[in-house]
This record gives sequence, structure tokens and C-alpha cells, in this order.
Amino acid sequence: MDIFLQQLVNGLTLGSVYAIVALGYTMVYGIVQLINFAHGEVVMIGAMVAYTVISMLAATHLPPLAIVTIATLAAIPVCMTVGYLLERVAYRPLRRAPRLAPLITAIGLSIILQNLALLIWSRAPLPYPQVITTVSYSLTSHPNGATITNVQVAILVMSALMMTGLMLLIYRTKLGVAMRATAQNQSVAGLMGIDINRVIAITFAIGAGLAAVAGVMVGSYYGVAHYQMGFILGLKAFSAAVLGGIGNMAGAMLGGLLLGIIEALGAGYVGDLTNLCQLSHWFGAIAERCQTNPNLALFGSNYQDVFAFLVLIAVLVFRPSGLLGERVADRA
Amino acid sequence: MTALLNLNRRRDPRLAWAGLAVMAIALLVLPFALAGIGTAWVRITNLAILYCFLALGLNIVVGFAGLLDLGYIAFYAVGAYVYALLASPHFNVHLPFWVILPIGAAFACLFGVLLGTPTLKLRGDYLAIVTLGFGEIIRIFLNNLSQPVNITNGAQGVYMIDPFRIGSFSFAKPEVIAGLSFSGPVKYYYILLAFLVASIVINLRLQDSRIGRAWEAIREDEVAARAMGINTRNMKLLAFAMGASFGGIAGGMFSAIQGFISPESFILVESIMVLSMVVLGGMGNVFGVVLGALLLSYIPEVLRYTVGPVQRAMFGRTLIDPEVIRMLLFGFALVLMMLFRPAGIWPSALRKRELESKAA
Repeated sequence: MDIFLQQLVNGLTLGSVYAIVALGYTMVYGIVQLINFAHGEVVMIGAMVAYTVISMLAATHLPPLAIVTIATLAAIPVCMTVGYLLERVAYRPLRRAPRLAPLITAIGLSIILQNLALLIWSRAPLPYPQVITTVSYSLTSHPNGATITNVQVAILVMSALMMTGLMLLIYRTKLGVAMRATAQNQSVAGLMGIDINRVIAITFAIGAGLAAVAGVMVGSYYGVAHYQMGFILGLKAFSAAVLGGIGNMAGAMLGGLLLGIIEALGAGYVGDLTNLCQLSHWFGAIAERCQTNPNLALFGSNYQDVFAFLVLIAVLVFRPSGLLGERVADRA
Repeated sequence: MTALLNLNRRRDPRLAWAGLAVMAIALLVLPFALAGIGTAWVRITNLAILYCFLALGLNIVVGFAGLLDLGYIAFYAVGAYVYALLASPHFNVHLPFWVILPIGAAFACLFGVLLGTPTLKLRGDYLAIVTLGFGEIIRIFLNNLSQPVNITNGAQGVYMIDPFRIGSFSFAKPEVIAGLSFSGPVKYYYILLAFLVASIVINLRLQDSRIGRAWEAIREDEVAARAMGINTRNMKLLAFAMGASFGGIAGGMFSAIQGFISPESFILVESIMVLSMVVLGGMGNVFGVVLGALLLSYIPEVLRYTVGPVQRAMFGRTLIDPEVIRMLLFGFALVLMMLFRPAGIWPSALRKRELESKAA
């Protein structure tokens, strides 16, 4: 049971990061009906910028929390600029073009961003300086039981705060009203005096700001940053957004958390579930091999990355609108 | 033949024939000229032809049917692994290539249908991401299918793959025929060229066929196409399966030429590169795609030979890795083409017509 609890904690942590990144996808999708393909790279840039700042400040005697906060505050404006530029270069000129066009420019920009990051930072994975000493808290009375670390707690709290803040922004401010109006009908919103271009640019920038924080979280959680980290993370977050129902904010959060949990539990249990030794009765050859290796499994935790895609494909096949999304018309 | 190639209908057919003949002779003599510069260039040309072939396959999916497939390299990988496993000491199976290539194509086609069936009803951008995920899944499986039963040999890859061989005639060994010495790469050049010509003809014929027009209709307006009685799902599936088969055959050829494959050869970047070739050359135009593939195959090689030495001469060391320049080139090619010349360097006639009618 402890494995279950531990994987649940890990899954929730990872899931809240996915949720934050998924919010970026879903916001942009909600407003311009386009998948911001380069969003994952923005997360990567955030992690990289924070890495640089933390490395520079690690030698100073600032309190660890302050260092991470400064790093995050540095990463946010950089990422917001990147997000704004993405919109300006890849999406705005092609808003009326066929769907494939902005997707292809976004792929191009994502390659450019990756390789610029490679040039600026390095090809090798960058180890995040451990400014914060990790402390584990026991969740059960058992001494070797499930634990939660202070970094995990920080990630959970931080993402909860950001999601609340975003919700308030969308539903309680004038800007939020403008964003929702633009999402519903751009031309009518324009007639009502909303500066569409400005609202869309701000949406991209907010998404990128969230991505920056997510980047810092991922970096400090795994302890490394790499110029290609954004790709798979972006894909998973996109899967999360689709799982929850793309274009739906609550859906992105739910989808992110669910996906994190599915992934963690999947990675934790797939070895046991596909353990071939259960078949020893039927196949002599398997029984022989099980004597030397009782953990002979068809799939191991190295298939972790596959789960997100399986979820994505399953959702698209059985419920393309996602868990909370409304049916989207087929606009080919 | 001229009608077949749809070239210069208005001009004198004799001229077109003469042009074709000159081109054919030039292509036949080319490897010897290249071998004069260095055998490396023959190999590079072989790979360039392989990429042309691959890009033409992707062109069926992206250019003709308008389905953005970002995991195209997965089918290439399937073909390559089918060849590698059926013609190497790994399982100690050594089938001849003309048996394996169709099997590889069939396998890739099967995977194409497997992926296409659930996803083709999705909108274009979803399809792009799902295919992207599919490409990654295939790679993860290739990387990990060494346990519990060793199928793909994991990250180490499969080596000592048999070359193409007909009887005792091997395409890998140098040989003297009729006083001319043919090195291994030169022999491969001819067989690859034959494959490429075949695929160009197939592509051109497809484009003008009932199927090709159905694809075009789907690409331009799916709802209208359906209203005209086109079975859009089957047509899209057909495009997917055909593109996949082309990928499978290209993969098999890649295996044979390289003699070694590992999951590293089938990363996302490769998919993007093939896509860049299609986009740069002109989606939907066969000759444009070939041009794009040749450009994006040769330019990085030229860069490799020039950028490094130039930088060392100027700064005393390599500041920017040619590999990075290559990738930046792909990235900028995609962005700039979409922004300024969305129909490609050599746009298809239809796209050109659309653009001109818009300007008028």
C-alpha cells in the first residue's frame, strides 16, 4: 500500500506541473483554436534561465528560498517575451491561413528555440544546483513508509496558488471578460471595442509565464535541465489538456493531475501487472527463467513515457471532447 | 512518356523527350563524376536519393491528402527494423531483399492503418500531435524491446545487416563490369535511382488519378468532398497507408545501405527534417518535393565541410556546431516558407493557380 501512496504523491506533484503547462495550451486553444506547438520549449527556456540565475546566486549567502524566488521572477519575463514573440511571428500573420500553416511555423520555431538554447547553454544536461536541501516527511507511521519532500509540497502549493490566481484573473477581472469574449467570438468581441490582438498576445504571455514557473518546478524536482526537455513535457501536458477537454480551464487542471497519477501508478505497477512469472504454470520456459529472475516482466517502468500517449489516443478515440469539454464541431 | 510525366504539354514533345534523355544520361554518369571528387559524395548522394524517396512518401500524406504526419519516421523505423531482423545474424535469418522489402512495406502499411483508423477522424492538428506521440512510442519500444525477449537488441541496435544481393551479385562489393569499376556505393546509387524514378512515376500517376483528385478534394474542403460522395475516411486511410508503405521501403533500403541501425536513427528530428523537405520544396508538387529533399540533404553536407574550417580559420576553434546550423536552417526554412511562400519553392500548379486567382 505504501508504494501506492508514494506513487500517488509523486503523481500528484508531477501532475500539478502538467496541469500548469496544460493551462497554457488550453488558454491559447480556447482563444485562437490553435495548438501552440512551441509551448513545451517555453517551459524549457524557463528552466534554463532559472538554472543560470540559481547558479549565479548559489555562491552568495542569500536564503535558498530567496534564490529560487529570484530565479523564478527572472524566468517569467523572459518566457513571457518568448511567448509574445511566438504569437507575433508564428501565429498572428497566419491567423487566417489554413490550419497547417501556423502548426508548421510553430514546429520551426520550436526547433529554433531548442537550438538557440543549445548554443546559449549546453548540449549536456545541466545539473540544477541544490540550493534547497531536500527534507522528507513521513506520511505514515511506518518508518520506511511513503514520504513527501519539501520540494513536492512547494510544487503542490505553488501550483494551487497559480491556478487560483488564474481563475480569479479569468472570471473576476476586466481582462478576463475580454479574454472570454474573444474566445467566444472574435469579430463580435472586436466590435464591442476589445483590442483582439492585444488580448491574444496577453493570453500567450500569461500561458508563457505559467510555463516559466513550471520550468523552474520541473528543473528543481528532477534536478536537471536539458535543451530537449520541453518536447516530451509539452506533449504530455498537451495530452493532459486533451484529457480534460481542450479549451476548458478546469479540464486542463483535472487532466494534468489525472495524467500525473496515471503515469506514476502506471510506472509503479506495470512491472507487476505484466509479470510473466504468473504464467509459470503454463509455460515451462518461463518458469525456468523466473527462477533466476522473479521480476521477469513484459514491460518495465522504462515504458513510463508511453502512458501519456496511450491516454491521449484513448481519449481521442473514445471521447474526443475530453472529460469536461463540450463537443467541438469538426472544423477541418 | 511526356503525357505520363505531364511535362510541357504545349511545347514540342520532341524537345521534352530530348530533355529527358539528357537528364537520364547525366544521372547515369553522375556517380562516376562524384566518385572523382570523393566516394563520400557518392554516399551522400545515395542518402539524398533515399530522402527524396522518403519525402515523396510523406508528400502523399501531407501534400496530397493534407494530413500532417509528424511521426512519419516511425514507419521508416518499422521498415528498417523488419529488414534488419530478417537479414542479419541477430536472428540468423538471411532472406533476400526483394522478399523483405515488400514485407517491410506491408508491416509499415499495417502500422499506418493501425494508427490511422482511430485518429483519422480527428482534426488536422490533433492528428499531428497523435502521430508525433506515435513516433515516440515506436522509438521507446525499439529501445526497450530487448527485455524479456531480445527482439530489437535495444539501444545497441542491430548490426552486420546484409546488403542487397541478387544471387552472388552483392551491392556492397566493388566490381569491374565491362571495363568500368563499380564501387559499392555506385551500385547502390543505380538501384536507389531506379526506386526513386519508380516512386516519382507512381506519385505523378497517383496525383492525376481518381484517388489523387479525391485527396485533393479532401485537402481543400473535407465537408464538400464528403458531399460529393467521396468516402473521406477510407481515402485518408489509403493516403496514410500508402505513405507508410513508402516509408517502410525506404527504411529497408536504409538498413541495407548502412549495415547498422539503432533507435537513434529514428528520432523526431528526422521526421521534422523530412517534413521540412516537403514544405520547402512545395507540398503536393512531386518535383518540388524532390528539389526540397535534395536541397536539405546537400546543404548540411556542404555546411559540414565549410562551416567548421571557416570558423577554425577565423576564430581558432569551432564556435557553432554544424549540426546546430543544420537544425537552425530547418527551423528557419519552415518558418520563413510558411510566412512568405506557403506554397513552397516550386509550388504545385493548383496551389499556384489559387494564389494567382487571389492576387487577381
